[in-house]
Amino acid sequence: MTMSGSARPEENSKTTPPKPRIAVLKLASCDGCQLAFLGLGDKLLELSGQAEIVHFAEAGPLGPLTGLDITFIEGSLSTREDHDMVLSVRKESRFLVTIGACATSGGIQALRNLASGPLLSSLYPSPEVIDFLDQSTPVASLVPVDLELWGCPVTGDQILLALRSLLFGALPPVQTDKVCLECKRRGIACVTVTKQIPCLGPVTLTGCGALCPSFDRGCYGCFGPAENPETSSLARSFSGLGLTPAEIARRFLFINSNAPAFREEGRRWQGGDPHE
Amino acid sequence: MTEESRGFLERERFRELFDRLLVRGYQTIAPVVRDGTIVYAEVSGPEDLPRGLRDLQTPGSYRLEAEESGRFFAWANGPQALKPLLFAPREILWETRRESDGALSFSSSSPSPRPLAVIGIRACDLSALALSDRHFGKGPFPDPGYALRRRDLFLVAVDCSHLADTCFCVSTGDGPEAQSGFDLALGELDSGFLVRSGSEKGRELLRELSLPPPESSMEEALKIQGDRARSSQTRRLPSRNLQNALASRPDHPHWNNLAARCLSCGNCTSVCPTCFCFSEREEPALDGCSSLHLREWDSCFTAGHSYIHPAPLRGETRFRYRQWLTHKLDYWHDQYGRSGCVGCGRCISWCPVGIDFTEDLPLLLGEADGH
Repeated sequence: MTMSGSARPEENSKTTPPKPRIAVLKLASCDGCQLAFLGLGDKLLELSGQAEIVHFAEAGPLGPLTGLDITFIEGSLSTREDHDMVLSVRKESRFLVTIGACATSGGIQALRNLASGPLLSSLYPSPEVIDFLDQSTPVASLVPVDLELWGCPVTGDQILLALRSLLFGALPPVQTDKVCLECKRRGIACVTVTKQIPCLGPVTLTGCGALCPSFDRGCYGCFGPAENPETSSLARSFSGLGLTPAEIARRFLFINSNAPAFREEGRRWQGGDPHE
Repeated sequence: MTEESRGFLERERFRELFDRLLVRGYQTIAPVVRDGTIVYAEVSGPEDLPRGLRDLQTPGSYRLEAEESGRFFAWANGPQALKPLLFAPREILWETRRESDGALSFSSSSPSPRPLAVIGIRACDLSALALSDRHFGKGPFPDPGYALRRRDLFLVAVDCSHLADTCFCVSTGDGPEAQSGFDLALGELDSGFLVRSGSEKGRELLRELSLPPPESSMEEALKIQGDRARSSQTRRLPSRNLQNALASRPDHPHWNNLAARCLSCGNCTSVCPTCFCFSEREEPALDGCSSLHLREWDSCFTAGHSYIHPAPLRGETRFRYRQWLTHKLDYWHDQYGRSGCVGCGRCISWCPVGIDFTEDLPLLLGEADGH
């Protein structure tokens, strides 16, 4: 069962090449990125006229994962099944695209990578039935990935722009700007400068449209480290704004705790101020 | 040169200026308080302005607090000058369509702006406007969008009476009083405004207001106020002309000290009223038959700014900071015959880590370069 039933009869009568086959997969995740995809609404119907959506659990179709042109993966590698599925789907996909923090950096569940002590027995009454990998890791740690779309969750616009480009057979230009630039383009007053709110915007990739600063909140870093992230200087400035070393560590070790730039800065502050 | 007319506009009659602009078909933009700062926005009258407020600006910090005089302009500036009104932060330049025969057609996208009157422009921002005009408006290929937005502007300047700690316009020669490039300029006193014209359009509007001439005591009070503002300014540039002073020191060790603090976030360039860099990109429609070509503010602090296949020429923050400051204060002389800095101090206040290049310049110009 696919969503491609809206093609017009005259198109079907021509000898057109087969529609590109698209799959949306889920590993360890909250489904939020699939929902961002689903939230495209009318655009999704339009897409179904141009491509065959063969597998997309949140939307319904659960067709076989073979002969795929574009595969989107949500979620991190967290179990043996995730691992096997990714190895298999990589071989079956022309373009493999990760969507969201989990698939791209390991996600918020990668916080368990940093945990010490008996995590499972402190959380579950019967820990012996839980079977998972030692670490929550990004898809790119196992197989080559053609395109990474960051975000927690990704936005519909990110997906649309990527899709259009991939349907043309080309990788889209990669966004590298920081959230600060988007704040300034939107005319949002800097929350750090006006209200002394610690904000990860200066080291975080834009893509959300500077959502949190537009609501008077500091950036949480959902879209992961931007290009050239000066985390060390920013962390020192957080200290100047009154955050304790433990609080600074938690700012970086959050949604993208397994992204190297954030992980390293967070770890530097875990044991106290690294500059003292 | 238009002959200057002068008049005194009582504070109670301030609304008449807004009314006259409305009658002349202008949409009026003026300072309003928003999100803890002062921004330009559409207003209907003086009641929308930030009355009785002043700004406390220090490196990396901007706050508003109440002030006693009840004046409308007892503050220095907000995060943006006129730049966003003329050089749009994001705009569509053209649309490409694929026709049924496969041919591509291009249609340019021209803004159709309403004539704007802007009240409250400071001297530094007028200087920045003159520089932007030279960049976008002159030469063989003037920017069409900029030119359209610029054409019908009516500019009401205000002399600065309350400078921020971050201002250094005296040392750049751009303030605190408006010198040229305005239609009307206001000097504010507790009782009202001394209004002077700077263009024929301004003179006509002043005539319509039919104001009494200012008393000589008012002129004197304004002069004292201006002198006091001038002498209160402590920040300064070492020289108005740093041509070849920075370009000749590319390996000065202090660039590394700056890079250790700089976030490479682009806040300084975004609030700078003379920074003009942009990037362009395509936004194709899902059906694959059309695409929008967008232009957005960019910054010399991004990788894309210096990207030449296969990597950015300025990959590290120290090279990006050096590029920004050297271009702004040094190469600008070659390009535009003056420095690109007008002394507004925004890059100091709006830097999240509070880098103040007026403090770093003497160190960069010093002899600590390994000799």
